[in-house]
Amino acid sequence: MIVRDIIDILEGEIICEGNLDQEILTACGSDMMSDVLAFVKDQSVLLTGLVNPQVVRTAEMMDMACIIFVRGKVPDESIITLAKARGITLMKTRFRMFTACGLLYSNGLSGGCKV
Amino acid sequence: MSAIHLHFDVPGDDFTRAGEASGSTKKRLKALGYDSDAIRRVAIAMYEAEINMVIHANGGYCDVDVYPDRVEILLADDGPGIEDIDKAMQEGYSTAPDNVRSLGFGAGMGLPNIKKYSDEMRIDTKLGIGTKLYLTIKVH
Repeated sequence: MIVRDIIDILEGEIICEGNLDQEILTACGSDMMSDVLAFVKDQSVLLTGLVNPQVVRTAEMMDMACIIFVRGKVPDESIITLAKARGITLMKTRFRMFTACGLLYSNGLSGGCKV
Repeated sequence: MSAIHLHFDVPGDDFTRAGEASGSTKKRLKALGYDSDAIRRVAIAMYEAEINMVIHANGGYCDVDVYPDRVEILLADDGPGIEDIDKAMQEGYSTAPDNVRSLGFGAGMGLPNIKKYSDEMRIDTKLGIGTKLYLTIKVH
């Protein structure tokens, strides 16, 4: 799956475009950034309902390619600026967290951890 | 002698800037050609510690020494100190105020995550004086 596929699956809207052809192997859904930081995965996307600059910084530390804001949440300009400078794609979807994660999972994306 | 020394002040009054020191360090290590997994461990450990400094101690400073085989990081603050280190090391234990949780932190994973990603971790803390956190992360 590449970032571009996620746009279709989640009926997403791109807010800030990074590399849409980046391959994605795993995903992580959480509003608690320390829980995201607890499990390193490769080539991952982050689904979150949290909208603040630390979401982008967390993705930066984890080398994540894409952040998906669920429930149609819209980041402000400071968040978009941070993401642009780091080449991270920002996307929003109208789906709620559970549904968005379920859609990606059923399309073949795994959590990347055994637990 | 260290190959490269980096120093950062971490402002305590601006949560949005927390992570700048870790991000800059990460960029620098990348430019130096270190292994990406190792860089990620440095970045995450340092980022969690930076967030801790902002949440609990009104900021502080970081000194980073980059050697060919390891990165040594000192994070120092003059905050309230850690009352019970054993408890603070437990996953899920947090003394962070509720408003921090609405920012995505305060889940009680900070110090456990830092320990997990570091090869060596030492905490020197005194109540009412401050905390010094020493981290060593092997990078090859």
